[in-house]
Amino acid sequence: MIMAWVALACVVTMLVAGVLVLTQRKLIGAIAAASVVSVALSVLLVVLRAPDVALAEAAVGAGLSSVLLALAVRRVGAVDSKEDT
Amino acid sequence: MLTSRPRWPALLFILGLALLLTALLRDLHFGNAPMQVGQAINGVAAHETGAANVVASVLLAYRGLDTLGELAILFAAATGAGLVLGIAFRNGNGEAQAKTNTEPPAGFILRKGADLMFPFLLILGAYVILHGHLTPGGGFQGGAILAAAFFVPQLARPSSPFNERTAHWVEALAGASFVLIGIAGLAGAGWFLAPLLGTGSVGELLSAGSIPLLQLAIGLKVGSELAGLMIALHGPKET
Amino acid sequence: METLSTATELEWLGWTFYAGSAGLVLLGCYALFAARHALRLLLGLFLLESGVNLFLVAVGFRPDAAAPILVGEQAGSMVDPLPQALILTAIVIGVGVLALGLALAVRVAKEEGTLDLAELGRRLAATHTPATAEETLPQSGRTETP
Repeated sequence: MIMAWVALACVVTMLVAGVLVLTQRKLIGAIAAASVVSVALSVLLVVLRAPDVALAEAAVGAGLSSVLLALAVRRVGAVDSKEDT
Repeated sequence: MLTSRPRWPALLFILGLALLLTALLRDLHFGNAPMQVGQAINGVAAHETGAANVVASVLLAYRGLDTLGELAILFAAATGAGLVLGIAFRNGNGEAQAKTNTEPPAGFILRKGADLMFPFLLILGAYVILHGHLTPGGGFQGGAILAAAFFVPQLARPSSPFNERTAHWVEALAGASFVLIGIAGLAGAGWFLAPLLGTGSVGELLSAGSIPLLQLAIGLKVGSELAGLMIALHGPKET
Repeated sequence: METLSTATELEWLGWTFYAGSAGLVLLGCYALFAARHALRLLLGLFLLESGVNLFLVAVGFRPDAAAPILVGEQAGSMVDPLPQALILTAIVIGVGVLALGLALAVRVAKEEGTLDLAELGRRLAATHTPATAEETLPQSGRTETP
């Protein structure tokens, strides 16, 4: 039963963070929200009894992807003045 | 913000897709999907491959050829990114500029934290890779941890050198050893990536035949590739 | 190990996972359609991919089954390992694709000085003759100015 509540909380967190990815004004904030999506997703994968995938999602999705995105934003951030970066 | 105002055609499409997905998911009963290959593999995997982690045995024994293809895709993506970004470092005459980053080092906490974390990240990555056939983990996850271990010092001290030549050699040798292990299985047992070295007893570190070796190859290859990608993207600001 | 008591509870758990994965897919699709900045496009792709990954792992779930890792001489049933192995590789391919896209975006920003997709589309159209501009630019709807 407690698994179902954990899953519900994680799904709500994930979807709220997903909406934030689309609505954040700053790109770096959107990337942070995408990282939150990945962390919540990895908890959901543990609930689904997929610890291998959860470990990969936490290390690759939440960690490396966000770092790559943040590095790219750091490089191109000053270029685009019209879009809020 | 994505856009200043909502895009009505896109919203209409999303609505239609939501209806379609709801209709599809209504008939897909959660918890008893009609899939039998997985159950069959669950029954025989420990006996056939000797790995306690069934996902690792699917990844490296039953579907090992797919994993080789996946490594090829990752290699192509990393090569493409290196190609696209590498040109940026050359000036008009085609000669490579100095790649060393001239930014000042980061603050005290990040520098000391990076020094402190580096050996522990290495140990954690090696543990996750080498116990991939026993516990959750394996080459991909451990490779990501290793890449982070080699990238964090770079973040702390942008001027510190990262030996890309060594990284390329490690990547090439790891990829080649994966293929060589597969060919050795072809020569020994008659099919590609056939388990070598005997299965051993399930649950011990030295078991599962060639799966730990394959995990090590994947871990080194993925780690050096991802570290190379992060180093390539970690350039100076384009202004 | 947690067991689910009733069939209704299992159904609710299933709809929770389905709602999460479908919601991520829809958000990602919307981002792909409505993005005006190239990095927003990649973020949308990331969300879409996460949703598909969650859905495929959820399909392999079975109640009263353990994670697919043998502990001792356990003989109970385990969840389906095939979707998990598939998604494990999909995640790593996803980060490779993301890195390639980011590298292209950085390169485009260096060459063109902007990552605004409407602006880039306009420049692409300007480099072609007007007769072929419509064919080479299927997303010409983006060229409208707000």
